[in-house]
Amino acid sequence: MDDIKYSNTHHQHEHSRTNYDDQLDYGTPASQSDTQITLTIDDREITVPEGTSIMRASIMAGINVPKLCATDSLEPFGSCRLCVVEIEGRRGYPASCTTPVAEGLKVHTQTSKLADIRRGTMELYISDHPLDCLTCATNGDCELQDMAGAVGLREVRYGYDGENHLKAEKDESNPYFTFDPSKCIVCSRCVRACEETQGTFALTISGRGFESKVASGLGNFMDSECVSCGACVQACPTATLIEKTVIEAGVPEHKVTTTCAYCGVGCSFDAEMKGEEVIRMVPNKNGGANHGHSCVKGRFAWGYATHKDRITTPMIRKSIHDEWQQVSWDEAFSYAASEISRIQSKYGKASVGGITSSRCTNEEVYVVQKLVRAVFGSNNVDTCARVCHSPTGYGLKQTIGESAGTQTFDSVMKSDVIFVIGANPTDGHPVFASQMKRRLREGAKLIIADPRAIDLVASPHVKADYHLKLQPGTNVALISAIGHVIVTEGLVNEAFVKERCEWDSFVAWRDFVALRENSPEVLGLAMGVPAEELRAAARLFATGGNAAIYYGLGVTEHSQGSTMVMGIANLAMATGNIGREGVGVNPLRGQNNVQGSCDMGSMPHEFPGYRHVSDDATRALFESAWGRPLSNDPGLRIPNMLDNAIDGSFKALYCVGEDIVQSDPNTQHVTHALESMECVIVQDLFLNETAMFAHVFFPGASFLEKSGTFTNAERRISPVRRVMTPKNGMEDWEVTAALSNALGYPMEYKHASDIMDEVARLTPTFQGVSFKKLDELGSIQWPCNDETPTGTPTMHINEFVRGKGKFFVTEYVPTTEKVTPKYPLILTTGRILSQYNVGAQTRRTKNVAWHAEDLVEIHPHDAEERGIKEHDWVGINSRAGETVLRVKITERVQPGVIYTTFHHPESGANVITTDNSDWATNCPEFKVTAVQVTRVNQLSDWQQHYQTFSEAQLAYAGKDLEAAKVD
Amino acid sequence: MQIDHLVTMANQIGDFFKSFPDQAQAKKDIAHHLTRFWASSMRQQILLHVQNNHGAGLHDIVRDAINQHLNNATASELSSNIDD
Repeated sequence: MDDIKYSNTHHQHEHSRTNYDDQLDYGTPASQSDTQITLTIDDREITVPEGTSIMRASIMAGINVPKLCATDSLEPFGSCRLCVVEIEGRRGYPASCTTPVAEGLKVHTQTSKLADIRRGTMELYISDHPLDCLTCATNGDCELQDMAGAVGLREVRYGYDGENHLKAEKDESNPYFTFDPSKCIVCSRCVRACEETQGTFALTISGRGFESKVASGLGNFMDSECVSCGACVQACPTATLIEKTVIEAGVPEHKVTTTCAYCGVGCSFDAEMKGEEVIRMVPNKNGGANHGHSCVKGRFAWGYATHKDRITTPMIRKSIHDEWQQVSWDEAFSYAASEISRIQSKYGKASVGGITSSRCTNEEVYVVQKLVRAVFGSNNVDTCARVCHSPTGYGLKQTIGESAGTQTFDSVMKSDVIFVIGANPTDGHPVFASQMKRRLREGAKLIIADPRAIDLVASPHVKADYHLKLQPGTNVALISAIGHVIVTEGLVNEAFVKERCEWDSFVAWRDFVALRENSPEVLGLAMGVPAEELRAAARLFATGGNAAIYYGLGVTEHSQGSTMVMGIANLAMATGNIGREGVGVNPLRGQNNVQGSCDMGSMPHEFPGYRHVSDDATRALFESAWGRPLSNDPGLRIPNMLDNAIDGSFKALYCVGEDIVQSDPNTQHVTHALESMECVIVQDLFLNETAMFAHVFFPGASFLEKSGTFTNAERRISPVRRVMTPKNGMEDWEVTAALSNALGYPMEYKHASDIMDEVARLTPTFQGVSFKKLDELGSIQWPCNDETPTGTPTMHINEFVRGKGKFFVTEYVPTTEKVTPKYPLILTTGRILSQYNVGAQTRRTKNVAWHAEDLVEIHPHDAEERGIKEHDWVGINSRAGETVLRVKITERVQPGVIYTTFHHPESGANVITTDNSDWATNCPEFKVTAVQVTRVNQLSDWQQHYQTFSEAQLAYAGKDLEAAKVD
Repeated sequence: MQIDHLVTMANQIGDFFKSFPDQAQAKKDIAHHLTRFWASSMRQQILLHVQNNHGAGLHDIVRDAINQHLNNATASELSSNIDD
């Protein structure tokens, strides 16, 4: 493997001079110094960057120094005393991990004195360590065992009868890993990983001397602050912290590098296997997005892939009130094709459409949109980005010219001011949040705009400089008020604006935000944020150095979502914070392939590469490649499809990997629309909520069972590699291709890589992308073409993609979803760390140990006013519907605002969200719903109906409701 | 699709463009947005609503935009300075 290209930029200096081996542990992190130092280690001369440890220099020179407490993901600690060396002209035996190189040093790593010291140290370790190597879970994969061998330990003179820790009790509380303190050598790697890698500070060493032990706060791991990211397990050199799957199955025998199928961070993992069974998922140290870190979802929550709820046989039925009939794939394809043809001949071409998902690979999305455009003959294809980041696509295209984030994740390490708006990275994008927290611990300033106190507002060693606790729905007021301060206090970077942006558009924006009506003093009233706080935050953003904006669905899922995205771009341009590292506009994408599914042309108005369907040249290109005439008219978006279904003009839907019944707003509207259709085809792993309204079910394959690519929030295309045979017999792109064949349009791809080759041929920004290149480079950030053959980490460097950046006037228009005496509270929605989106995957893992049900958070004041106590059932009523949830009373939410998650279908969180949507993209206004909350004693009518209905539907498929729970 | 729903959506688009300094351009931009992002069936419906019902419920700027700029224009025919 070519490690130079495979690794992150931190290692670049070393790469140019040595053979970097990505499988090796170099003991201490790489130095980033440009100054080179030459020294001699065991008579080998080596040149390394200044600041490199002697340990790292030795390993780079191919000399293995024994070590236990050192690992290259952590800062050196110098506690184990195994890595001691001798240095000519210096006294004693310094630890090589904590001793930096110096010019001309002569170091010896193997002398008889050093051998004595190391053996003596190991002897002490082993005198208090169980001698059960043969039956130990890490037998063959244990650094302590390796070191005992390396130092030639042959006897333990102290015996084993003295005071020891061998009877220390195991902590089995975490569902995924075991903590066995009897095997602990107190090297502190776990404690340091929790601090440095994850940034949670849940672990500590309690006691002193012989009493020292690793402690997870005052109780066990589950009761502690531990977020189960796995960093400690990864760092542990012994069997003290070890995956339960390894204890059960033994050490894996081979591994395949692939990409996580959860959030938009897109972590690279090694699937460690025994045959076709995954034993564990281990974060890949060379992963461009995660650099060896992980979270509880990607690291541990993959068991859903083999869950017994999987449906692996195609099924059909005439009516949703019939039992499902299991059929062969051929029967399923021919039935689905005949229904599509029948419906199109009766109701017209436009009566049929397709929905793809951000959970699909790029290749899957591409073939679905191709099927809709070339075979269904319309542009009625949409994707779930409609309900999350469609305003990002629209707003960034308008202002800077490309529908994507501008930076890499690593860019945050050069930020001086971090502005987080409507995002909750520690829950939604945990691995990136760890990197952000690292930068914050280094001293970067933090501004948070969020109605709710997210963890980042105040957590160990991180405290926001400003938390602008604005009312839900007032983002645009916020961005205009900040603009006002920057313009009226002379903080605009005019040189940047003059050189890089359309001056006229800037003048229009400047004059607009400068109006008194856009001042913090006026708009602050709507936001509920003091003007002085807004002014101070604006000044910090404009003058604090490199300022970067990170935002999430708290920006996009509003009636003015697109306006806010444009406002964010305005702010970045006005202050010159775009076009280099450390700055930029960074949409944090919810799901793994939001970026990719949009790139692949899954929106009804554009072909792959964000080219409008009315663009004649582009259309001609695709017509010639696909051999079919294509429509120049924008197709229906998901909400338009549903509205038309209720009107009777939209009759059939092919829905791949998406669960619109649970994830889209106003559930009863969605189910009514599906009930109005004559043929609903669902392709999924499970009989999800949408499948309960389906007539054809195509079983899907999990990310472990297929090949393809995902594109993360930093435009990084990463390979998804098949590590096991699909239980359903086919990869998902093959299912779509077979449906196309049945409709008389053969798609003759042999492998997912053929699909990417077609994308590359037809899409300028993907021109240089291929599976072969992904194998070579590990991942590629688009645009990738002749000018940028290895990809583009930072965009818009000398020029915006659209040429000159364009400012837009962003007037604050309050949402029509207003509080009234009948609906006096605002409900806003969000995510939690342990669960993912609709929960179809994570609910079928042991992650339910952290979040077994969705709760509604209410401020103590609002609770008291309504006589509501902790854990009460409350009915939440909105203009759209009613649902019942249990209460969690907390000051995280402000008075007047309540909050919940939507990971469990029976919660019915979307029964209460409304049809309101973003003006430009119809992205639903999930974040603002006016509601009333009252104590109740029973579930809502909808929930009761849901229980009966879903039980019946599961029975029609031969499944029972209990099976939906974890094994 | 229900016309009142389309009217709400069109008015929301109008609300974005109404604060632009050049009102003539704002009207073009409103029509352009409808042409670029609405399916033709939706455009036809709102056009008929303007022609037959004087665009009841539509904000003036939106009604004018549709009247003046939406007539049978297809996405590729309508020129504007707005990108896709």
